[in-house]
Amino acid sequence: MYSRAYKSLVSLPPLLWVGIFLLLPYTLMLLHSFWLVRDGVIVHQWNLGNYAALFTRTVYLQVLLRTMRIAASVTICSLLLGYPLAYYVSFYSGVRKEILYQLVIVPLWISYLVRGYAWKTILGSDGVLNGFLQFAHITHAPVGFLLYSPFAVVLMLTHIYTPFVFLPIYAALESIPRPLLEASQDLGATASQTFLRVVLPLSMPGLLAGATFAFVLSLGDFLAPLLVGGASGTMIANVVQSLFGAAYDWPLGAAVAMCILVFTLTLLSLTETLEKRRSFK
Amino acid sequence: MNATTPTRRATWLMPYAIAVFAFIYLPVVVLVGYSFNRDGVGGFPPRHFTLHWYGLLFADDAIWDAVLNSLLVAAGSVALALTLGLLAALALDRADFPGKALFRRLVLLPLILPGIITGLSLLMFAVFAGAPLSLVTVFLGHGTALISVATTELFAGLQKMDRAQEEASLDLGATPWQTFWRVTLPNLKLPLIAAGLLIFTLSMDEIAVTFFLIGRDNTLPMEIWGRLRQGMTPEINAISTLIFVVSVVLISIWYRLRMRTLRNAS
Amino acid sequence: MNPSSASSPSPGVASGGTLLEVRSVAKRFGTAKVLNDVSLNIAAGEFLTLLGESGSGKTTLLRLIAGFEAPASGEIWMSGQRLDLLPPYKRPVNTVFQHYALFPHLNVRDNVAYGLRARGTAASEVAGRVDDALRMVKMQEFAAARPGRLSGGQQQRVALARALVNRPQLLLLDEPLSALDANLRKQMQSELKALQRELGITFLFVTHDQEEAMALSDRIALLRGGTLEQIASPREIYKRPATAYAAQFIGQTNLLKAEVRAGVAVCGALRWHSREADGPALFSLRPEDITYVPGGSPPPSSAATFRGTIQQQLYGGASETLEIACGPTQALRVRIRAAEPLSGELQFVFSPEDAIRVKV
Repeated sequence: MYSRAYKSLVSLPPLLWVGIFLLLPYTLMLLHSFWLVRDGVIVHQWNLGNYAALFTRTVYLQVLLRTMRIAASVTICSLLLGYPLAYYVSFYSGVRKEILYQLVIVPLWISYLVRGYAWKTILGSDGVLNGFLQFAHITHAPVGFLLYSPFAVVLMLTHIYTPFVFLPIYAALESIPRPLLEASQDLGATASQTFLRVVLPLSMPGLLAGATFAFVLSLGDFLAPLLVGGASGTMIANVVQSLFGAAYDWPLGAAVAMCILVFTLTLLSLTETLEKRRSFK
Repeated sequence: MNATTPTRRATWLMPYAIAVFAFIYLPVVVLVGYSFNRDGVGGFPPRHFTLHWYGLLFADDAIWDAVLNSLLVAAGSVALALTLGLLAALALDRADFPGKALFRRLVLLPLILPGIITGLSLLMFAVFAGAPLSLVTVFLGHGTALISVATTELFAGLQKMDRAQEEASLDLGATPWQTFWRVTLPNLKLPLIAAGLLIFTLSMDEIAVTFFLIGRDNTLPMEIWGRLRQGMTPEINAISTLIFVVSVVLISIWYRLRMRTLRNAS
Repeated sequence: MNPSSASSPSPGVASGGTLLEVRSVAKRFGTAKVLNDVSLNIAAGEFLTLLGESGSGKTTLLRLIAGFEAPASGEIWMSGQRLDLLPPYKRPVNTVFQHYALFPHLNVRDNVAYGLRARGTAASEVAGRVDDALRMVKMQEFAAARPGRLSGGQQQRVALARALVNRPQLLLLDEPLSALDANLRKQMQSELKALQRELGITFLFVTHDQEEAMALSDRIALLRGGTLEQIASPREIYKRPATAYAAQFIGQTNLLKAEVRAGVAVCGALRWHSREADGPALFSLRPEDITYVPGGSPPPSSAATFRGTIQQQLYGGASETLEIACGPTQALRVRIRAAEPLSGELQFVFSPEDAIRVKV
């Protein structure tokens, strides 16, 4: 029922814009990753040296490994916090359900920077936590390892991504028809059997989506390491950032960025298929 | 409590849930609390209530310049992203064209990819196009990246919309142009406002893309970011508290809109 | 299949000239053929119903006329004007949608005024016509209400007013009553019929409900799998179904696979006089055309008689339906006025004219 003119009128502007301002930039990134820098100038000479360097230099591999470890920790921690919370809000919160749901949503709107900054003031050696520990006579000197460590990065990212993880899990739990639980109990399953055999499998798509969110978002984060990570908390995106900044090796930086991009997209399409297989609709 | 599920499991679940809530909110409480602390951002307990930091903040021109810059960028981004997002959503909903699947993925890419990748790509593009970094590049970057948010929200709105509404309008003699303004857009009013609010907030808060596109004039987050390097003062707590308050106001608007949408739907 | 009867004049058509002509229209969705060479005429002032099961193509035909779909082949003409090349907003027809499609952001008055305003009617005229339309459907006092706050029946009335206020030459109604509960439905049926008589506007009505079609229509066009099965007045289509499908879809029937030889049709235990040519033939015999003859009373001489045993007696208030076994593999349905419970072997008669020859 929509005329040809209507269809071209609505499709052409976004197509053009996305082509110029998204496709072209991403393509430039891809092209750069096959070029090289000589005497501080980018030379358009096609080569795979950047990718080779990435996989042979141990520094990068180490950082990559640490990034994976941090992202995995963030994922597990946010799941451990987010899933029970979603389960509680969805099944047990009764009349307070809507308000509790809102309470989880609110932090999503609070500035990333504000939240990161808050952790910085809490974890610092003259920060709130150390102040509290000494005030309560648990320690007598400031504890130094809290800030500027992978731990701080995991803590900050977990704090940021727990509400993200909560959302899809909550949605999945909410969509479970309640009579299924009654049926399970009617058939003699205990509460924990019901949880393991009915609730958990049916909420799996949400859990997968949440886990993917947390992992992918932490994987490419470069601000948390800068804020609270210190040297020992450096992640792969910081490598990219410094290659584009001080080190001025855009081609190598582009190659690392492309690896993050490809890895992210692969992971997303993988979980997408998994979620599809897991959903029973 | 749900009568059909055993309450026994809730006995440890409830304290656990409270603990998670505490974890989520404690940093915010600390942040707000210390914005009124005379002795600075650290130490325990906070002593000597003061509004000194807020006074300092209101006299701080650099911050308010940055706020103004951020508002400009955010307003521009809302306009750009909503316009293109609306067209993109209409195209995805109603038109068939070669490369539609690719287009769909491409539009959503900035939402999925780490900000650093989109930021750097746009930086390369700016260099390639010979455009000097400024608030304009930041605005173009935000606007483009946030088309994804607008498209997602508005596409969902279009899917929920009853096609028969537009058919009825044409049937009653309204042209496609009249139908767009009198039926399609009013039907999308709530998703448009919701998407606008979301884009505004995200743009006000954006760092990862801004980081690489910023010129001499700072946005608010970049201004705060810069100051963090020089050391922390409760003035940053104070501005963070204000940001938090504004966020809460925006959420409550968004929340009331959402409730109204749900009520209309039922 | 009897598309030829489409052009034949039929009883019950209110007034003369042809308003709308559908000429050999076909429609495909992908590879699926939804409409197959359908031709029919609608007379001015007529109440024509498109009747069929879901998937019969009835709604598609309506949408082709309204202009929401374009035919793959064929033409649609209206008062000497080619209709199918016009966009929907230039066609002199209006639609009452299945779920009404009232604009939720406009109140009742603005919904009704929508079409007039879109066509640039003067504000003073709009007000008067909207008031008239609302009065016509008895919805004046709801003029300021939003559609979301109205009941189904009220929304139905507003949808009707919104379409009629434009004074279309042809009103298309897409299962407009299907969302209403049974009682309201009956009431709306009679109001709709009265309104159509009063206004003299041509109605093209789509439904899957054969009772509704019979009650309302001047003529019924029965569609099946995208083809026109039969088009005739309700009485004609019920009394003289052209096909076995028509006989079964409209009302209940007994289909008799008979063999005609020398003026006598034979089907199992049943024998009756027939004017059909020799050879195999299919007949439709309505359950109410069979009469139960209590023991002893002699049957009329011209009637066909048979005996059978009762298998089931389904009580239905005014009437009841009997399932009669009259042979080892043969069963017939008989509808009689409600009586005492019956049992054992009984005698039945029917008039041979009531066994109608139908196409397969």
